[in-house]
Formats: sequence, structure tokens, C-alpha cells
Amino acid sequence: MKKLYWTLGSFIGLVALLAVGLRLNPSEVPSPLIGKRAPAFDLPLLTAPGQRFSEKTMLGKVWVLNVWASWCPPCLAEHPVVSQFARSGLVPIVGLNYKDTREDALPWLNRNGNPFQVVVFDADGRIGIDYGVYGVPETYVIDRGGVIRYKHIGPLTADVVQTKIEPLVKELSRGG
Amino acid sequence: MAARLLLALLLVCAAARADDADLDRRVMNLSHELRCLVCQNQTLADSTAPLAADLRGEIREQLAAGKSEHEVVEFLVARYGDFVLYNPPFKASTALLWAGPFLFVAFGAFLLVRFVRRRRTAPPELSPDERSRAAKLLE
Repeated sequence: MKKLYWTLGSFIGLVALLAVGLRLNPSEVPSPLIGKRAPAFDLPLLTAPGQRFSEKTMLGKVWVLNVWASWCPPCLAEHPVVSQFARSGLVPIVGLNYKDTREDALPWLNRNGNPFQVVVFDADGRIGIDYGVYGVPETYVIDRGGVIRYKHIGPLTADVVQTKIEPLVKELSRGG
Repeated sequence: MAARLLLALLLVCAAARADDADLDRRVMNLSHELRCLVCQNQTLADSTAPLAADLRGEIREQLAAGKSEHEVVEFLVARYGDFVLYNPPFKASTALLWAGPFLFVAFGAFLLVRFVRRRRTAPPELSPDERSRAAKLLE
């Protein structure tokens, strides 16, 4: 009888372990950047090559950085969610146009709407590397002190926005 | 004079080529130890993903600028985490990863020893009652 319990117990344990393992998403790599300062950048605007924009401009505000590209289908998929989130006016969203060309990116924004307060243009993906970007789209929540507090890899969903990003942004905006 | 100049130029070029080959080798050696984050079971050296090409370019530039292999690895770990390393360091969060196989072997050895010991114990003695029953059956 005891043996049966042992066997059954270890079997259930193994099943539980595998069940958890199967639910984890191996393509989501925890970012070492959470809790660290958002890497500095000073990039030209997508819409106005002559003007530049730096993350320092956003100091003192809670903001969201959304990395996207016109060549990335999941970015198109998340676009309605990003647009809806932007319309709520809760937080400014800065777009980082990653490894794209103006010829492709500008018509893409015209077609699908531009939810971003400002879009910076990272043509060679250098700033993307600094932010540890490896699969666009990626979304960062950055606090008033310029520290990355949250990172979402892959397309944003309404669920992620409602359960993760909005509460965090509200909390960060209230505090300090 | 012209011949000498040409020779000098050739030598410079050859030296640059040798430097290049050396740098290539260092980039390749390092990228064999690093994981491509896009296609996670490939190294940066093997992967054809655009990000892998960018990262090889970044590694190459940093090595050419005189940074050591260690510094380049630190640069990448700071951005992508230990996951970029095919040979992750031993620390609290990776302890189970490193120790796990040994724990499994130890557990297996424990079960094996227990099993063998149990089998080795002599069969139980028969009581006089059982003896007579056995004798009857054997008649």
C-alpha cells in the first residue's frame, strides 16, 4: 500500500512538473534590465529626420516604450490594442521603430494610425540591442526616475494591458 | 622607388588581412559560446537571424576596439541576461540547473541500493506449521 502511495505520489509530482514546464513560454527570456535605468538614446524622429529625441525628455513622467517595425506581422496584430491603450490617455507611448525604413514605416503608420506621442527611428537596431530587444514587438514601462519596471515580449493583448500595464502605470503615477 | 612603395603597400595590406582573419576567428570563437535569442537552440555563430548578424557585428566592433572577450560577454549579459550564455554561471538561480542531474543520479543510486539490499535479505524462516504444510504439499 505504502509503495502504491509512493509511486502514485511521484507520478503526480512528475505530471505537475511537466504541466508547469509545458505552460512556460521558452521564448520569454526574463530581462535583466528590469529595475535598471532605461538605456540612453538620442535618435532622429521617424517623422522628422532633422529632429532628435532622447529618453531624458521623459524623465519625471511614467511612460511606455513600444518597439515595433512595419515588417513585423505581430506588430500589426497588436496595433489595435496599442491604439486603444493610447486613446485612454493614461500614459504617453513612445514608439521605437526598429530596423525599418522610412519608406515602409511612414505609410504603415498612415494606414494603421499613429498611436505614439513620438516615434524614434532606430534604423540599425543599435538602441534595440541596448534594450535587449530580440523579438519585436516589445513593450517597456518606465517610471518617473527613468527605471524600467516592466517588459512585455511579443504582441500586447487587451488582457496584458488591463491586468499588468494599467495597474502598474497607475501605481507608478500615484507614488513619488 | 615605385617597386618599394608597392611592396610596402602590399605588406601593409597583408598585415591588415592577417589582423582581419584573427579578428574573424575571435568573433567566431565567441559567437559559438553565445545563444541566438531568436532561434534559441542555435549559437550566434550558426544562426542566420538578422539579430544574430547584428550581434556578431557588435561583437566584432567591440573586439576590434580593443575590448576583451570577457567585456563583450558582460555587455551582452547586461542586455539579454545569462540566457545568452550556452555555459551559464553557477549561482542561486541556476543552482538547480547545474545540480539537478547529480541530484537525480544520487536519488537513482539510493533507490538502486535499497532495492538490491532488500533482495539480498534471506527469505523468511518457515514456522513449524508452514513446514508441515509444505511437506504435505510435496508428498
